Amino acid sequence: MDVLYFAWVRERIGLPRETVQTGAPTVADLVVELRAREARYDMAFSDLTALRVAVDQELAEWNTPLAGVREVAFFPPMTGG
Amino acid sequence: MLTAADIRVQEAPFDLGAEASTFAASQTGMGAVVTFTGIVRDLDGTLDYMQVEHYPGMTEKALRSIAEDAHKRWDLGGSLIIHRHGRLAPDDMIMMVATASRHRKDAFEAAMYLMDYLKSRAPFWKKEATGGDASWVDARDEDEEALKDWS
Repeated sequence: MDVLYFAWVRERIGLPRETVQTGAPTVADLVVELRAREARYDMAFSDLTALRVAVDQELAEWNTPLAGVREVAFFPPMTGG
Repeated sequence: MLTAADIRVQEAPFDLGAEASTFAASQTGMGAVVTFTGIVRDLDGTLDYMQVEHYPGMTEKALRSIAEDAHKRWDLGGSLIIHRHGRLAPDDMIMMVATASRHRKDAFEAAMYLMDYLKSRAPFWKKEATGGDASWVDARDEDEEALKDWS
């Protein structure tokens, strides 16, 4: 699936998107896999209360299932307007 | 349900007067048009520019969903949301909403609702550059609290 990063999450991880091969059943499981990769991922995901997630372009929760999902995005709380 | 919501996410500037006039003229039988315009603030005179990032694809969907909710809650003839992204200078117009209704109360309330929701539920992020430094604007607790007034 495609994993996208925005705002300071993108800056900390150092890329806007990547394709990830994963069997993670939920968003939270995907986060655990990403954190185990490298320090920059571990740091970016160190405080989940400061992050939001979208699954297939809809706001989602940490326990949202990933079966059949094409796109997951991680970003800080939004500041539009 | 297809609602008369015009949603635009763009880098280019927009002409507030022309957009408001065109929107108002496109309505029939509406007694009230409300517009709100957001402008890039430079509170202490140090802002060089603001960078607005967004999530192409999700942004349009989120704004349309917010507008459709507004059309369900209030008796609206139409609505318009324009939101810019990219690099903006102090005092640039960053976004606008317009709502049209038979009565002003619906038009005002729906415009407030669109603003409250797009601030915290549409995927935009602002970064402010000042004197060679740049920092992401933090979401405000008050903006999240404001959504509770509508539930």
